[in-house]
Amino acid sequence: MTDPANALQDSPAPPLRGQLRPILGSAVLMLIVTGVLYPLLTTAVAQALFSHQARGSIVENGGRAVGSGLIGQHFTRPEYFHGRPSTTLGPDPADPTKTVDSPYDARLSGASNQGVLSARLKAAVAERAQRYRADNGLPPDVPVPVDAVTASASGLDPDISVANARLQLQRIAGARRASRQALEALLAQAVSGRQLGLLGEPRVNVLQLNLALDAAFPIERTTR
Amino acid sequence: MIADALQFFLILALATGLAALVGKAMAHLFTSPAHLALERLTYRVLGVAPDEEMSWRRYGVLLLLSNAAMMTLGYLLLRLQEHLPGDPLARASQPPDQAFNTAASFITNTNWQSYSGEASLSNVSQMVVITFLMTVSAATGIAAAGAFLRGLSRKSAAALGNYWVDLTRVTYRLLLPLCFVVALLLVWQGVPQTLSAEAVVTTLEGQAQHLVVGPVASLEAIKHIGTNGGGFYGMNSAHPFENPTPLTNTLHILGMLLIPAAFTFTLGAMVLRRRQGWAFLGAFTVMFLGFLAVVYTAERGGNPLLAQHGVDQLGSELHAGGNLEGKELRFGIAQTSLFVTVTTAATTGSVDSMHSSLTPLGGLVPLAQMMLNSVFGGDGVGLINLLTYALLTVFLVGMMIGRTPEFLGKKIEAREMKLVMLAVLVHAFSILGFTALACVVPSTVASLSNGGPHAFSEVLYAYTSGTANNGSAFAGFNANTPFFNTTIGLAMLVGRYLTLLPMLAVAGALAAKRVVPQGPGTMATDGPLFTALLVFVVLVVGGLTFLPALALGPIVEHLLMGAGASF
Repeated sequence: MTDPANALQDSPAPPLRGQLRPILGSAVLMLIVTGVLYPLLTTAVAQALFSHQARGSIVENGGRAVGSGLIGQHFTRPEYFHGRPSTTLGPDPADPTKTVDSPYDARLSGASNQGVLSARLKAAVAERAQRYRADNGLPPDVPVPVDAVTASASGLDPDISVANARLQLQRIAGARRASRQALEALLAQAVSGRQLGLLGEPRVNVLQLNLALDAAFPIERTTR
Repeated sequence: MIADALQFFLILALATGLAALVGKAMAHLFTSPAHLALERLTYRVLGVAPDEEMSWRRYGVLLLLSNAAMMTLGYLLLRLQEHLPGDPLARASQPPDQAFNTAASFITNTNWQSYSGEASLSNVSQMVVITFLMTVSAATGIAAAGAFLRGLSRKSAAALGNYWVDLTRVTYRLLLPLCFVVALLLVWQGVPQTLSAEAVVTTLEGQAQHLVVGPVASLEAIKHIGTNGGGFYGMNSAHPFENPTPLTNTLHILGMLLIPAAFTFTLGAMVLRRRQGWAFLGAFTVMFLGFLAVVYTAERGGNPLLAQHGVDQLGSELHAGGNLEGKELRFGIAQTSLFVTVTTAATTGSVDSMHSSLTPLGGLVPLAQMMLNSVFGGDGVGLINLLTYALLTVFLVGMMIGRTPEFLGKKIEAREMKLVMLAVLVHAFSILGFTALACVVPSTVASLSNGGPHAFSEVLYAYTSGTANNGSAFAGFNANTPFFNTTIGLAMLVGRYLTLLPMLAVAGALAAKRVVPQGPGTMATDGPLFTALLVFVVLVVGGLTFLPALALGPIVEHLLMGAGASF
């Protein structure tokens, strides 16, 4: 065979011994360049240009950090809009080696991971739909928007759909002694449309909406 | 519907345009004789001669050994995590089986994670282990594909280029500049980039909420441009800090498609046959659009079991609708379906929804794409995989018409076909063999989180994802056991190196061949007929190999869904 590739294979290959330095050296050098210099440079520039976002988009209210504009919170009180169901877990206060349900726990994002045929999922959704109707004084034949009864992927979804928010208006109007019209106007202002008019879905950020509620219709706190 | 179709069209058009630009730049990167000053300095530090030309054996051995050194370094750092300074949350070191799995996962560009990022990795590890391995594994894949393309474009040559030069150039000229720009765009949209570990806030209802933060954007950028896929957070790109807006979701999608699609243009430029590049891009796109349509339709249709509880999944201007369990509202069905299809096509493996909660047909698509492993595919290796099938196609066609098969003017002979078949069979053997093994191991049952056919899909998905170096998961499945950490770790190494090395050998053999002049009997490989044949061969080989396994999982699950069964 006069195949040049075979000729090359048959000739004594250059010894691999001299290659120990580049083999080990490339691992260390690349670690420094891609694992240290690149993230640090990005951090420095990001902090200079977008310091608010780079730190987690923390929202302040009266000088107090009340959350991140991007991360959902667990709202249970009747005077607030409620977010989507969340299946995140947190450490059990009684036994730290175990976990318990802890909705919107940002220490560990989590989802149900139930398949569509899961009996557990079916039961959970049935229970959520029933509770949603009861909480909001809805008759049993009102269709519930799917985002109100399904858990998000992160367990930290900050948004709900406009339809979901609207069905909660009556409850909030009662709890805050506010008029439905005024609340509708507040909601309309809080809706963000598709990004750039095209991308994603129209939605309402629950934390921002509830902050606007507190500002427009303050209520006295009896419990903490 | 119209808004959804418009998003698909715009994003895919943008991806093609960007791929053409980057593809041309990559062709220059692989062929230019000039070195930058920074690169010369690197070669001096490493003690290598940048002008040395390497045979495929030497190129492959150095690739393997340098990857082994990088993996070992990553493994050691994960084992030593709790002793390294700078983590106020004091996250523990990974145990040996998990650290092996993680290091194997990230060096092979798989990014399978048997841990949850925010709970088990410090910011130091996220940078010096994860970001580092993500970058070098992508650079390795791109370098190998560059070498492969040299093999195709050279005539009667003995060498494929210089591994150190390729690795360095891809990192310095391509990956890091792209990632830096994308990372800043992500921060602008809300992705954190800080050295702090957490921010504690008091919610409106008076509870403390611990927000885990860190150098997220720099990791996210290489995660997608490098088709890696491992998340900073457990729930990956569904987490609002990794993917805060539909625009970041779009950037992630574009990032994943960029280099795999660009390689078709690089190929066209390097072998001086632009139409050949378009033929491959066409094959990628046809398969991709078919799979996208299946996911979108299935997810838009929703879950029939929920309809009986008065749940409105139809969607309207006021809400997204569809099968929303395990999905984020801001993305809705369109952006989620596109992400699902892209992440398993480009074998990235990041997820912006939970694949385990997809409808049966919606979940079949990620599985099928990873099994085919050549719908775009990962950085570099995707093109190599498609070329594997291209060689198989010319071989089959050659057999049918009784001619010696040729590809790009080179005769395809027995040695090449044996290596091609090795690469194709190793992939199937690893997926099906390990799945079969796991199915008879009694401890597997404890790892399952669903019942019925979905439970089998969880296991099949794990080994498919590992072997295809994808890394996504049916995430309810508990893979953090010594058995799964070890076997999935092995599947990742087998899937990566036992397909990459045979194809480097093919490239070496092709480079050495003379070019035979085209005759009237030569089959054109750059037209729509060849594209159609190629897609046919990919689907037939994939179908024959994997359809029985798919029938036991998602297909039977789909039929049961129609019958209203639950488990």
